[in-house]
Amino acid sequence: MTNSKKELAVAALENGTVIDRIPSEQLFKVVSMLRLDTITDSITIGNNFGSKKIGKKGIIKVADYFFKDEEINKIALIAPQATINVIRDYKVVEKYSITLHDKLCGIIRCNNPKCISNNEPMETVFHVTRREPLEVTCHYCNRPMESHEIEIL
Amino acid sequence: MKKESLVSINDISKEEIIDLLEKAKSFEENPNRRVLEGKVIATLFFEPSTRTRLSFETAVNRLGGRIIGFSDAATSSSSKGESLKDTIMMVSNYVDLIIMRHYLEGAARYASEVSSVPIINAGDGANQHPSQTMLDLYSIYKTQGTLENLNITMVGDLKYGRTVHSLLQAMSHFHPTFHFVAPDELKMPQEYKIFCDEHNIPYYEHREFSEEVINQADILYMTRVQRERFTDLMEYERVKNVYILHNSMLAGSKPNLRVLHPLPRVNEIAYDVDDNPKAYYFQQAKNGLFARQAIICKVLGIDVD
Ligand SMILES: [Zn+2]
Repeated sequence: MTNSKKELAVAALENGTVIDRIPSEQLFKVVSMLRLDTITDSITIGNNFGSKKIGKKGIIKVADYFFKDEEINKIALIAPQATINVIRDYKVVEKYSITLHDKLCGIIRCNNPKCISNNEPMETVFHVTRREPLEVTCHYCNRPMESHEIEIL
Repeated sequence: MKKESLVSINDISKEEIIDLLEKAKSFEENPNRRVLEGKVIATLFFEPSTRTRLSFETAVNRLGGRIIGFSDAATSSSSKGESLKDTIMMVSNYVDLIIMRHYLEGAARYASEVSSVPIINAGDGANQHPSQTMLDLYSIYKTQGTLENLNITMVGDLKYGRTVHSLLQAMSHFHPTFHFVAPDELKMPQEYKIFCDEHNIPYYEHREFSEEVINQADILYMTRVQRERFTDLMEYERVKNVYILHNSMLAGSKPNLRVLHPLPRVNEIAYDVDDNPKAYYFQQAKNGLFARQAIICKVLGIDVD
């Protein structure tokens, strides 16, 4: 049992990306946020694996897909502990922890209905004004928002 | 020429604030100068505000500039569904400067990003209103002879009052001591108290508007306590008369004390205060003209002495 579980978690990927160490309760949020349900490449999604660092974790493996910066930024908002492994020719060629940029463009919706960004066809802009615990502030209306208030576009 | 909009008082440095105060002083000595000769300035008021618009338009007229614009969104193209961006793109083709007021927060910041000419924010919803802050600062500077080391006592609605928040941030350059006098429901928000802590600014909170508090103040900044701000109307009924200034309460106040109010007042300053030489709110409004002349010249890069 233990062996087959382990095997599944590390099933080989020729080229693609592994998002590891996603907190279990956030896994499906990450899946829907990245719209992975619409991707046609092969995907492996695993959840509730044991992790020494974060308790229970989820893993997403996407074949032949490499995430863009703005997608990584989105992941950073809801699973900041996650790590990204870039695989080429069965080898991890790049492994890094996610870091949230200081400025987030077009990622978050402002929760102030009177904000210009909710009333004009324009891109939202937020500044990360605190990291622990996370707080972002709207570049336009200056409204600060904490993790639980953040709605991702 | 460098495009330099004024959207928020937080965009400008202490040195720039002092420079604006000096310029305002110079305009007060001589308000009629034709430095805007040949320039056209738009006043776009997507939300009506007669007081602010007249003050800005007087400032432009006394500097010899010409004005186009509208005073109400109902008469503008935005009532036909035109986006703010399109309105700003169109108007910035015609003019040298746009002075705008908008009911949406962040509108002026966005306009400054799409406009080819400078923007002056004349108020964007509950967000920013830097010319109000400049006229407050100029009033304090003029009546106290300095902005340094003053006791500023703010009274009334400290939760929603954008003027007190901007004034607090602008004064942070000048080593103030703050006293916040407000009912529980309208207390100074946590973020501004953290701001004070971070800038080593001492502040004291009071629920009671007592003579003890008044007597140590250099500036008494009064604001409206509005019924619609309360979730608990019983609380409103209980406090509505607590934050009213009467002339008798000024008996033991410091000789240099001045009473400010962003106007219009409702009933938070009794009419018997008006004749007290310490009442400064009407002159304060007049100072707005000079502060706005200084701001207009700054954003257009026009030097005055
Ligand atoms: Zn906003």
